[in-house]
Amino acid sequence: MLARHDRNSRFRPISLALPLVAFIVITFLMPLGNMIKESFYDAEVADALPRTIRLLNDWDGVELPAEEVYRAIATEIVVLQENRTIGRIGIRVNRVVSGTRSVWGKTARRIKGIETDDMITAMVGIDERWSDLALWQGIKKAGQRYSAKNYLHAVDLTRGDDGAIVRVDEKQRVYNTLYRRTLYVATAVTLLCLVIGYPIAYAIAHTPPILSKILLLCVLVPFWTSLLARATSWLVLLQSQGVVNDLLVWFGIVPDDGRLSLIRNMTGTLIAMTQNLLPFVVLPTYAVLSSIPPTYMRAAASLGANPVQAFVRVYWPQSLPGAASGCLLVFILSIGFFITPAIVGGTDGQLISNMIDYQINRANNWGLGAAISVIVLLSVLILYVVFDRWVGVDRLKLS
Amino acid sequence: MKKNLLVSFAFLFVFVSANVWAEGELTIVSWGGSYAKASIDGIFKPFEEETGIKVIVEDYNGGLAQIRAQVETGNVHWDVVDVESQDDLIACDEGLLEYLDDLELPDAPDGTPAEEDFFEDANADCSIGNIVWATVIAYNSTGFESDPPSTMHDFFDLEKYPGKRGMRNTPEVNLEFALIADGVPPEQVYETLSTDEGIDRAFSKLDSIKDSIVFWVAGAQPPQLLADKEVAMTTAYNGRIFNAINLEKQPFVIVWDGHVRDYGQWVIVAGAPNLENAKKFLQYAARSTSMAGVSNRISYGPLRHSAWELVDKHVETNIEMRPHMPTDPENSKNFLVNDPEWWAEHRDDLFERFTAWVAR
Repeated sequence: MLARHDRNSRFRPISLALPLVAFIVITFLMPLGNMIKESFYDAEVADALPRTIRLLNDWDGVELPAEEVYRAIATEIVVLQENRTIGRIGIRVNRVVSGTRSVWGKTARRIKGIETDDMITAMVGIDERWSDLALWQGIKKAGQRYSAKNYLHAVDLTRGDDGAIVRVDEKQRVYNTLYRRTLYVATAVTLLCLVIGYPIAYAIAHTPPILSKILLLCVLVPFWTSLLARATSWLVLLQSQGVVNDLLVWFGIVPDDGRLSLIRNMTGTLIAMTQNLLPFVVLPTYAVLSSIPPTYMRAAASLGANPVQAFVRVYWPQSLPGAASGCLLVFILSIGFFITPAIVGGTDGQLISNMIDYQINRANNWGLGAAISVIVLLSVLILYVVFDRWVGVDRLKLS
Repeated sequence: MKKNLLVSFAFLFVFVSANVWAEGELTIVSWGGSYAKASIDGIFKPFEEETGIKVIVEDYNGGLAQIRAQVETGNVHWDVVDVESQDDLIACDEGLLEYLDDLELPDAPDGTPAEEDFFEDANADCSIGNIVWATVIAYNSTGFESDPPSTMHDFFDLEKYPGKRGMRNTPEVNLEFALIADGVPPEQVYETLSTDEGIDRAFSKLDSIKDSIVFWVAGAQPPQLLADKEVAMTTAYNGRIFNAINLEKQPFVIVWDGHVRDYGQWVIVAGAPNLENAKKFLQYAARSTSMAGVSNRISYGPLRHSAWELVDKHVETNIEMRPHMPTDPENSKNFLVNDPEWWAEHRDDLFERFTAWVAR
């Protein structure tokens, strides 16, 4: 009896959370799982060209495939054209071998009803790219259900014709540069937010209520303004013919032909992102600071500590949970930023999220988009673990 | 209690159904801003009046993610979407759109059959032609009073025309501009770009002005860059510059030489909830009068020859519209029509290469 009561009381709180758990599973974990699956699994080509892919798996890749393979793919293309899914195959093979998408539509329109003993000549006659080894190797590659190609692609690697992993052409290398830059921007923005946000939080926590409310409002109001509007406002303020430069020239601090470049570069990115993300450090830090009893500092002083010692040894350690959770929030959020840097960052404004946006939204290549996202996700998780060791996540206070 | 509830539900039902239009609804997704306004006044409202179908307008920013998400989850609430030609091709290939190849299109007012009256390649398997717009060069005339720039070559000439250059941060159009400026005839641009040497040539032309380029992201930025004198010249959408010149009285000038044209198209999302109404709408939008209705409100040209005859004066300002259209004979001396098929084959690689080039 007692045991059952015990068990019930243990499960009741959990059962209360069940709707939330279901919500998280359905709206977050399942789509996330699907996305991750998409990054290494794509059955589209294998399912659409089953016979061709089976034959190609036994193909040496050195000489053109045999008549039998051409025959198989011709039959399968006719079916795909009839159920109007040929385009999906063209897009997928084109991702492996650029410049081959139109082969499929062209062939599909003309191949139906062709009766011949020499399908190779017939197909090469329709489009000479059918005599190109690269196209066949591309079909074979695209026909793999499980493949690491998206992950290789996402770190500027590829498989050479012999299957060995090699770096892509120097002109195409872009992802690793962008991971590094994103990490750099996120770290710099986090530090800036801490350096600027901590004193603000301190001021809010230790001024009379009226003043602190006004200060808090100053932090919050920009937070409620649209990101796009804020990015554009920064342009107006910081561009070379902008308000700040005009004032500097007017005061004679800089000459008219030596106006500062404050925007459309890394400086602009850091300024705009820091301003966007400041509330995420100020609010949790303020919440923690306002709960530190002022008597502690007085006690430290009465025991002989000078103000610096009292701050470093008494105040700072107690404020750390708030400041640290703020920093964690800023870091994670800034990794996902892309609209603001794209507008204010100029040539330095491209971050890894821009590539994810392109792959998901424009190229419709969710597999590659997912692979990049997984790499970003894993790096954030690793940082989180390091952070946990260092500060202890269970000590964090968000408000 | 139960009865009360039932009665109130019945009332609610009557109330709701009385508010639904007799002929049903249609959700059309467009680009917002002055362009969407021109479409609403030029096509959507007259369509509502003629058919009794209520049009709900939504905005988006291009791209495929929203269409794909709706189709894949089976939760489609968009019917008709105004898309760029490249997005149309990919979406059609992926099966995200309804096929429209057997949709019957209205003849021209003089009886010319639709297929002869539409521009070549204006319609595709899943789309019906809507507008022709152009990416052009524009400059602020206060900077260049004597001997102003007049060709695509001038855009890349920093010695004769010093100053920053605005450019969109994508490879599309910029690579074409680079080759045209480098002397490649427009009809050979895509052929040239299909070779590695051609791509290298385009990038090395871009390299020659790279330090002076200010990249823009959204179509609203170029007129702003010109007005603030942040750039001396910029690439821009012709409609935006038209608005800045004629509605905001900015001293801007368009250089039509070497411009790149693109077609905007109407598509229907696969599994659209109001499929029949959507088809009715496309047939309505394909009329010459509908196309001219948009062109008399914003400087994007119609995609039917017969509609060109109906292009007249700007509805608000009474400006003669034809000289501001990409398709005006005066503006059509040297231009290129964007080839979405070519871009669909090469865009992924070139986007990476372009981004790498920008980041270097």
